[in-house]
Amino acid sequence: MSLIHAEGLYAGYGGVDILRNTHLRVGADEIVVIVGPNGAGKSTAMKAMFGLVPVRAGTVTYRGEDITNRPPERMVTRGIAYVPQEANIFPSLSVLENLELGAYAIPGDMSPRLEKVFEIFPRLRERRHQQAGVMSGGERQMVAMGRALMVDPHLLMLDEPTAGLSPRLIDETIERIREVNQLGIGVLMVEQNARQALAVADRGYVLATGENRHEDSGPALLANPEVAEMFLGG
Amino acid sequence: MIEVIQLLINGILLGSILALGAVGATMIFGVLRFAHFAHGDFMAVGAYFALTVVTVFNLPVLAALPVAMAGTAALAVAIDQVVYKRIRRVQPVILLISSFATALVLRSAIQMIWGSSNQVYETGIQLPWRIGPLTLKPDHLLIFAAAAGLVLMVHLFLTRTRMGKAMRAMSDNMDLALITGIPADRVIMWTWAIGGALAAAAGVLLGMDTRLHPVMGWTLLLPIFAATILGGIGRPYGAILGGLVIGCAMELSTLIIPGSYKPAVAFAIMVLTLIFRPQGIIKGAV
Repeated sequence: MSLIHAEGLYAGYGGVDILRNTHLRVGADEIVVIVGPNGAGKSTAMKAMFGLVPVRAGTVTYRGEDITNRPPERMVTRGIAYVPQEANIFPSLSVLENLELGAYAIPGDMSPRLEKVFEIFPRLRERRHQQAGVMSGGERQMVAMGRALMVDPHLLMLDEPTAGLSPRLIDETIERIREVNQLGIGVLMVEQNARQALAVADRGYVLATGENRHEDSGPALLANPEVAEMFLGG
Repeated sequence: MIEVIQLLINGILLGSILALGAVGATMIFGVLRFAHFAHGDFMAVGAYFALTVVTVFNLPVLAALPVAMAGTAALAVAIDQVVYKRIRRVQPVILLISSFATALVLRSAIQMIWGSSNQVYETGIQLPWRIGPLTLKPDHLLIFAAAAGLVLMVHLFLTRTRMGKAMRAMSDNMDLALITGIPADRVIMWTWAIGGALAAAAGVLLGMDTRLHPVMGWTLLLPIFAATILGGIGRPYGAILGGLVIGCAMELSTLIIPGSYKPAVAFAIMVLTLIFRPQGIIKGAV
């Protein structure tokens, strides 16, 4: 059974549909990557699923429950965490405070979750009293993912988690995402660095102008000459 | 030299009152993104609430302080629910203008209820202490201690409590706070409650130092905004520092220019800050 399933989505800003009949599905333990050219609606698709962009038609189903157009705070309590591409930390707060706030909507003792995040990102434990806004780009991305993981999510949505990172950090970030997935957390991510992301993806979607173009396993998409030519830069 | 020290003492006193007002104003700006023009009148309302408690129950002013703070906090939350909440999603300028109207309503209400003449908490003359050539009224120590205690409580609230951290988070990054599942409505209510309570405290302490009149808060609004801007808008610790700097600058300015220009000094500092360092004097991130 799929964890989250978006069917026939039409969504956009100010009455203009960016998504047109978009379909997306993430299985319980999968890493699913959305690639496509600029303006394809990749981020919009994820935001629409998380309730940040109004869905005009179509449905989003999460573990069998219709969650179309639910407000984001309700998504969090159901176990969906979302990491935006930019401005994804609280800069004037410490690392630890960022993580604590990640758990705000979830009742109960957060220390096991905190421990889990520190195990995945040992760097965050070392620098937990550091002000998040003065950290490096790679560390900020760890804070952002750590904050999302404090929800103890079943599904983690990541909008371009490697944007602006050095090649070495891109590999490291992708490796961390794989580790998170191995804990049994489904991952849906939009990626500009399509090669590295598709290499670890169970499945990938290629979107163009808001419509599904291709859907296949990650390696198969990488091997597809049409996809390579259109979206991966030849 | 003695004169400078005396003026610095007065400046720190005025500064701590400004700081209490500025902390609330800056938190309201950080969370709600608008300059709250009725903040000075919250101060006045708080001062008059305390006056009623003092006269009706014959209590010392400091005992009336918590009552005035609670009353003003409730009033601030109520005004938000009735007035500001329904226009939260329109342009900030409309919120700003409605806060101006709220200020006028509050001031008129004060005049209707308590009258428009000057009033004091305690009649009679308080003999100042003489420490060498310096003079200090016992009330001044109380004012300073109360202000310092409240600032410490704000600090503990912001850094030790879940709600305080959520408030800072919302002020930092509103969209991310929403995505994280922080309940915006509750944070906003707490922001008004704390902003109102601190404004009331500032008003009561100001009334202890001088006297009560309906425009007592309105006349301090400019120095409070100056302190807010000097400290970096939306930053509580900056606002405290900004309040102390503005208070001292206003008092020290009387060495070279007539005392009636004190508000102009605050205004000048505000303009200079906006020109040369609009992000405020505190260094650091964002």
